[in-house]
Amino acid sequence: MAEADGVRRRDFINIAAVSAAGVAGVGIVVPLVSQMSASADVLAASSTEIDISSIQPGQAIKAIFRKQPVFVRNLTPHEIAEANKVDVSSLRDPQTLEERTKEGKENWLITMGVCTHLGCVPLGAGEGEPKGEFGGYFCPCHGSSYDTAARIRKGPAPKNLEVPEYAFTTDTVVKIG
Amino acid sequence: MARILSILVGLFFTVALAWSFGKGAYQQITEPPAATAEHEFHLHPKEVSFASDGAFGKFDRQQLQRGFQVYKEVCAACHALRHVAFRDLAALGYNDAEVKAIAKGFQVPVYNNATGEVETREGVATDYFPPVLYGGQGTPPDLSLITKARHDGPAYVYSLLTGYQDQPAALLKKFPDSKTPDSLHYNPYFANLNLAMPPPLTGEGQVTYGDGTKATVDQMSKDVSAFLIWTAEPKLEKRKQTGWPVLGFLLFATILGYMSYRNIWAGKKH
Amino acid sequence: MSFPWAKEYKPSHPFMQWMDDRLPLPRLVYNSVGGGYPVPRNLNYFWNFGFLAALCLVLQIVTGIVMAMHYAANTQVAFDTVEQTVRDVNWGWMMRYAHANGASAFFVVIYVHIFRGFFYGSYKAPREMVWLLGVVIFLLMMATAFMGYVLPWGQMSFWGAKVITGLFGAIPFVGEPLQQWLLGGFAPDNAALNRFFSLHYLLPFVIVGVVILHIWALHIPGSSNPTGVEVKSESDTVPFYPYYVAKDGWAIGVFAILFCTALFFFPNALGHPDNYIPANPMSTPAHIVPEWYFWPFYAILRAFTQDFFFIPAKLMGVLAMFGAILVWFFLPWLDRSPVRSGSYRPLYKKFFFFGLIPAMAVLFYCGGAPAEEPYVMLSQIAALYYFAHFLIVIPIVSAIEKPDPLPFSITESVLGEDEAAKLAPAPSATVA
Ligand code: HEM
Ligand code: FES
Repeated sequence: MAEADGVRRRDFINIAAVSAAGVAGVGIVVPLVSQMSASADVLAASSTEIDISSIQPGQAIKAIFRKQPVFVRNLTPHEIAEANKVDVSSLRDPQTLEERTKEGKENWLITMGVCTHLGCVPLGAGEGEPKGEFGGYFCPCHGSSYDTAARIRKGPAPKNLEVPEYAFTTDTVVKIG
Repeated sequence: MARILSILVGLFFTVALAWSFGKGAYQQITEPPAATAEHEFHLHPKEVSFASDGAFGKFDRQQLQRGFQVYKEVCAACHALRHVAFRDLAALGYNDAEVKAIAKGFQVPVYNNATGEVETREGVATDYFPPVLYGGQGTPPDLSLITKARHDGPAYVYSLLTGYQDQPAALLKKFPDSKTPDSLHYNPYFANLNLAMPPPLTGEGQVTYGDGTKATVDQMSKDVSAFLIWTAEPKLEKRKQTGWPVLGFLLFATILGYMSYRNIWAGKKH
Repeated sequence: MSFPWAKEYKPSHPFMQWMDDRLPLPRLVYNSVGGGYPVPRNLNYFWNFGFLAALCLVLQIVTGIVMAMHYAANTQVAFDTVEQTVRDVNWGWMMRYAHANGASAFFVVIYVHIFRGFFYGSYKAPREMVWLLGVVIFLLMMATAFMGYVLPWGQMSFWGAKVITGLFGAIPFVGEPLQQWLLGGFAPDNAALNRFFSLHYLLPFVIVGVVILHIWALHIPGSSNPTGVEVKSESDTVPFYPYYVAKDGWAIGVFAILFCTALFFFPNALGHPDNYIPANPMSTPAHIVPEWYFWPFYAILRAFTQDFFFIPAKLMGVLAMFGAILVWFFLPWLDRSPVRSGSYRPLYKKFFFFGLIPAMAVLFYCGGAPAEEPYVMLSQIAALYYFAHFLIVIPIVSAIEKPDPLPFSITESVLGEDEAAKLAPAPSATVA
């Protein structure tokens, strides 16, 4: 009887020792995995200020925010009307132009220039680039077309182009982020 | 045969060494190396302690802020801090608005693509402390890593700041050629005794501390040294705080490992 | 090969059987570090250091791969990327300190491992190949560590690179072009930094390869032991698993405690402050020294201060420094004593403890000290003994020494008696 207890106690210690080694192994893996995520300098809240005074209606520019392009577009009244004409409930990612712009500044469409399919930069912001079937942006990678509110209308992308956090610091300067 | 060969090779090296030794010893006796002022008058850093010392050491945030003030108002005139970003100062207990305000107080260089000129703009939190232009004598080292880049660094910085003095008469008597040149300053804690940096902290109240601490030279020196411990190793606290649980766990696991080892070998004489 | 009583690998699960028929990797592991490898039962703790060395190699490779993820080998930014890693990367400070102190830990372990070999005669037949491969590993480690130390591109990195490649400059005729070829320029710069990074990443994997050969060669005759008497019967051995797995396991714990104490509380104690100053090709630090694990050899290099006949002092120093390690390659043939273990060699033991160990201690100490008296003279005496020890003392001692009587077998040395001894002829030194 005492013998059996001894055996059980010994097994217990061996199992405990092996488990402790396992815990140590997991403890080592945690920092090894975590070191690959974005470092403090990358995460440090960064913001971009853009001067929009020279963007004429119908024009757009590309700026950089967090190492990715942002499109700033000055919509023409016609483009605004086009966007508002669409039946929102028919959209893949239903949103109105109003929801995607700031009050009183509906002509300023500010979105990330990153296709929501697999991340290419859609055409349409640069001079002379095709704007696609719906007059907004066209992603040449796999053929996603966005309309004048940068909403997805056709092609594989699941969502509208993302609207980053931004604010007008003056009438001619926007601060993104 | 192999044995003879090996002994011959052995003799080659040992005789060459004996020859070097003999000649060296002879020179040592006939022309002993002259004593130098550095050798005799250089002092090791003073004993001084900081809140961050020791295995349980923690930064004294209040002191770091005071030290930062000394750096900003005095040292920053000549010394840069290139590895530190303004955002890092949050670790000293400043809030976001304070960090932004500090950053704004510094002008950082930007290259203007249109004109090809380097211009400056106000700093933002993500900027690093900008380079410092210095046209004077000597090259003031960057201070970010200074407490790790010198033996006994924190005490060294403190000793250097509080160590300026007149050149001892004994030194001049023994080494008349070693008089400190006019443009330099005698400081026995500096490796070659004569330092281009004029005493930066000269009198009480040179900075006005917000927390009411009396700004003596000694206090300012300690505070700025503490600040420079932080700039050199901002993760010091985290490191020590990680160390204890890790060691505790390892001790526990090792004891289990030892018991398991004893179990397995029980009854097996070895 | 193994002993006839070694346990045979028997796959218990059908999948393991399937595997064994196709790629018998589990069998290989079983026979190398499992129940299928019989090991002398009387190993002392000096035998744990081989396993610890392997652990250190893994530690260096893992932390090194992490460092390489954040490092850029360019003289403009190398220093800053290392600082960035320490300051901003998640756990970067820990990875960096683990890698830098890991190199030191690796050398501590390896030095103990090597000196275990010196004392217990582990280099002797039939284990010469194990020993030779070990010396190759040591040389590769030195090269790896040297090039790694250059990467952060601090003052010591730069001047270390300059001085060490300068050694090759001492070689007559080809020296200077050789140095230029090594650096890819007149002085260490981008070309050198990039190739050092490339090689620093490569060599550890070469080391892994040589380590595999080292262990393979070891498994042919099996491990030696503190008596130096070869295994004779099953009662002399225990299976590696679980016996030595348990013993190595808890030794790892002790190692980890010591290592983590250094890592978390004294991470810069073994480093040099000057390497926190970015490289400056215009100004040499006042007191340049390599990393501590090179100190004995650095002391030997500096001990040659006079030209010797037509050989310049510089060349003598370089020859001696390399010679000091190369002589280890010849050790199995310099030491002709039929007895392996220093425990049974009264004369050799004296020279080991009162000659070699103090000489090494002095060389370690002087290599880290400034090139001044009395350190130079001390290192000259110690270096003199060092060479005499291997090239003169060992051959002579092994010829004239009368060894102490050996136990008949490992079992007898442990238990005081061995059943097999009664059937066998009386022990004699040559059997060992
Ligand atoms: C035998 C194995 C190894 C040894 C002995 C070794 C040794 C060293 C040493 C002494 C340093 C300088 C430490 C310092 O002060 O920073 C270093 C740095 C470095 N090593 Fe290794 N290392 C090994 C394996 C590796 C491997 C496998 C890699 C990459 C796959 C690697 C990547 C690096 C990097 C990127 C640095 C520069 C970062 C730094 O300075 O901390 N090492 N190594
Ligand atoms: S990435 Fe734009 S359509 Fe695929």
